[in-house]
Amino acid sequence: MTQRLVTIKNRAGIHARPAALLVQTAGRFAAKVFLEKDGERVNGKSIMGIITLAATYNTAIRIIAEGVDEKEAVDALARLFENKFEED
Amino acid sequence: MKKITVLDLLQLDLKENEALNLKCIAGRAGLARELKVPEINRPGLELSGFYENFAFQRIQIFGRGETAYLWKLEREGKRDTLEMFFASEVPCCVFTHQQQPTGDLLALAEGSGCPVLQTDLSSSEFTTRVIRVLSNIFAPKQSVHAVLVEVFGIGVLLMGDSGVGKSEAALALVERNHRLVADDLVEIRRVGGNILMGTGTGVSSHHMEIRGLGIINITHLFGVGAIRDKKQIQVAVKLEEWDPAKSYDRIGAEENFIEILGVRVPHLVIPVKPGRNIPILIETAAMNERLKKMGYYSAKEFSRNVMKWLETESARAIFLDET
Repeated sequence: MTQRLVTIKNRAGIHARPAALLVQTAGRFAAKVFLEKDGERVNGKSIMGIITLAATYNTAIRIIAEGVDEKEAVDALARLFENKFEED
Repeated sequence: MKKITVLDLLQLDLKENEALNLKCIAGRAGLARELKVPEINRPGLELSGFYENFAFQRIQIFGRGETAYLWKLEREGKRDTLEMFFASEVPCCVFTHQQQPTGDLLALAEGSGCPVLQTDLSSSEFTTRVIRVLSNIFAPKQSVHAVLVEVFGIGVLLMGDSGVGKSEAALALVERNHRLVADDLVEIRRVGGNILMGTGTGVSSHHMEIRGLGIINITHLFGVGAIRDKKQIQVAVKLEEWDPAKSYDRIGAEENFIEILGVRVPHLVIPVKPGRNIPILIETAAMNERLKKMGYYSAKEFSRNVMKWLETESARAIFLDET
């Protein structure tokens, strides 16, 4: 299992478009992907799940991946957070 | 484009408010004359001798006024303007209100090989109908390898490679009380500027080829309620084999379009794989399109609500941090 803590840096938080971006990225990997906020864990390959997190600006999110390509998956997802989901 | 002749106009299969009720009463030799423009002319000026800018290539319509004037000319024994009239290659003359042409006109028309037609419609009614009919014939057109179905009143053009299941999806839709317009080959015409009208091509349109069944007749199997002759194309749906490497639209907040004959049509790509019930997806897409036309865009509305919600969450977070 690989995990990493990231914070949301785009002002709008994770709305529909970033959620779709996360899901599409996570979908490219075989590993199981989860996102966790305040102990609440959702499937990283489900749009509705991610939106339900209500992850706003500056929230800390833990990215968790489990499987053969877990490291790459976490790297790729963390990069999206880093790039503010290509927003702002 | 294929030549449109006067004979074609007479043989068009037109119904109800499109019927022209034409019959040929003289000049049969000229039925092969070509109609080059979808326009008409009332030859009042020409009959009185003014031939500048004579739009001779148009269909010449003789209404009550023109016909009365012809009879006056006949009584006065004047033929010269009529001779000039038939010296140009007029495609045909149409007498409205079932009026009888003069002997002079009939003789000259026979002599020059110009068809004389008669209709029981009034001049203005005939004019509107013939212009409508001709503009449809002269409209830009294109044939596509696709299936056209009407789903909840929305014209859905199903596209995709051979064997992806277009006909099977259409069959399932017909079975769910929707209507088939054309299978396999859809002829699309751009009418009235930006309306794409799709029809089948003659005999084959309400038949379907289903692998394993062969050719089936939809009208016989499902009744006349299951078919339609033409329908405006309002959505284009492309069916394609599910490609795991490709990312498909997950939100639908951005509208995609394709251009057909220069008209933008909303375009969806639906990946096909076992376990996906394509007909139900197409039904839902059609209903969603109706909602959009009514001003309710599900994906955008959802997206807005999420944003609003996130904003209140942020506000709450600030409030909680301060206390």
